[in-house]
Amino acid sequence: MEDIFEGMEPMVYQSRINIPYNWWAGDTASRFLLAIRDERKILGTQCDSCNRVFVPPRKTCPTCFTDNQGWVNVSDVGILEAFTVARRQLAALPGKVPICFGLIKLEGADTALLHYLGEVDPEEIKIGMRVQARFAEEREGKITDIAYFRPI
Amino acid sequence: MEKAAIIGVGMTRIEANKVRDTFADLAWEAVNKALDDAGMNMDDIDNIVTTSNDFWDGRTISCMAVSDASGAYDKNVSCVEGDGTFGAFYGLSRILSGSYGTTLVTAHSKGSEGVSSLITNATFDPIYERALGMDMITGCAMQAGAFMHRTGTTAEQLAMVSVKNHGNARYNPLAQLPMDLTVDDVLNSEMIADPLHKLDCSPVSDGCCAMIIANEERALKYKKGPVWIKGVAFCSDTYFLGDRDLSQARSLAEAARKAFAMAGISNPAKDIDVVELYDAFTYQELMWLEAMGISADGRAGRDLEEGRFAIDGDLPVNPSGGLLSGHPVIAAGLMRIGEVVKQLRGDAGQYQVKGAQRGVAQGVNGRCGQSHCVWVLDKNK
Repeated sequence: MEDIFEGMEPMVYQSRINIPYNWWAGDTASRFLLAIRDERKILGTQCDSCNRVFVPPRKTCPTCFTDNQGWVNVSDVGILEAFTVARRQLAALPGKVPICFGLIKLEGADTALLHYLGEVDPEEIKIGMRVQARFAEEREGKITDIAYFRPI
Repeated sequence: MEKAAIIGVGMTRIEANKVRDTFADLAWEAVNKALDDAGMNMDDIDNIVTTSNDFWDGRTISCMAVSDASGAYDKNVSCVEGDGTFGAFYGLSRILSGSYGTTLVTAHSKGSEGVSSLITNATFDPIYERALGMDMITGCAMQAGAFMHRTGTTAEQLAMVSVKNHGNARYNPLAQLPMDLTVDDVLNSEMIADPLHKLDCSPVSDGCCAMIIANEERALKYKKGPVWIKGVAFCSDTYFLGDRDLSQARSLAEAARKAFAMAGISNPAKDIDVVELYDAFTYQELMWLEAMGISADGRAGRDLEEGRFAIDGDLPVNPSGGLLSGHPVIAAGLMRIGEVVKQLRGDAGQYQVKGAQRGVAQGVNGRCGQSHCVWVLDKNK
């Protein structure tokens, strides 16, 4: 059958979805972020049932399906459980590559926090490294109030 | 579980950029192929489940882009947001409810039309994580490193997955990236995020798949031999990456255990003839094979080296070329099921696994394999 569209210029429509959102952080995340902003302290919540300490804190224990009532101070030092180094300038990255991401299990926490690694040669990063939080000088109550974790 | 079967499959070619087709055009193509395959017309379809994702499509209620072209007018149509294996699961559930005798399931995406890094960054928690700028590639790269660290799986073994799958794609006319590669080609390709090189990663593609599921009574009315659904299960792990041991696919182990038990499979390595799994990245093929118990923990790389998973090996994995050879998200898992159906019917042409009777298809939803859906299909009732 004859293709009537054969050789036709394909039209492309460019657009963008620009929708601002204002997400309330909620009580749990607010308490966590305020402690970082105002006191440079990292808090977790604890499940009464399994006793796991969640960082970042959650209201609910995902495995026990219970309320996490307890709040716990965790250390700003922890172990690197997993990492990667972004080498290609992927669109979501906020800065220039290389950017080092890691999952850091802080002392006192049972879950690992996703964050950056800094002050480290990407080739030297190893799972199992001890790292410590470096707080930003100017803090606004965001996860980036921790600037990165660096090896100690 | 009551008997149900897949009686029709239709797939578009997987391409980097389908410039002439809208979502609706893709659905029209896949749905008509599935109807022709089953020897049915739209009146024989009792209800429809579409599978799509609003962020990938750039439109909310993304089902509505394809509903007309999928014959939804005057019918019950619903949308599953997630991988095609989950859409098919819902479609099957509607049959098993007893309310519908046939379900048409579709799944589509056009990755060429958006920015996958930004779209997948949006899966991250807006308060705690999103601003860091991680996306699906960097998240999975983290998981790959953790898996390699725990199991001793090597970069060369990962590369071999790419060599095998791109090589298999040379015999699949629908695949986007048939390639003749060496391990060195993979290891020398651009490092995107340690340890994943460009050739360790699937492309971002356009494609659509449609499938018709029927209950036993309706299945026996249509022209081709039905492929029977012997076991299906899905299982979800926790959301935050740091809550889990990323180097283990716990939820896949659970889903596989349940699906295999339903199907009466006690030794997956021996009882299955073909596997089509979700290889968005090379390490995932090895990790998912271990989680499903097809390889012992930490052994999939060595099994691969020994040729077990080659198209002429003991248990061919991804004879179609897998997602590494073409990855339209969402459609991806439904295509895995569709490829197993082809194998069990003897319709896989040049990439046919000889004598395949029973196969497994697996799909993933969520970050770093949070949720898995496993299907066990059998040529025999």
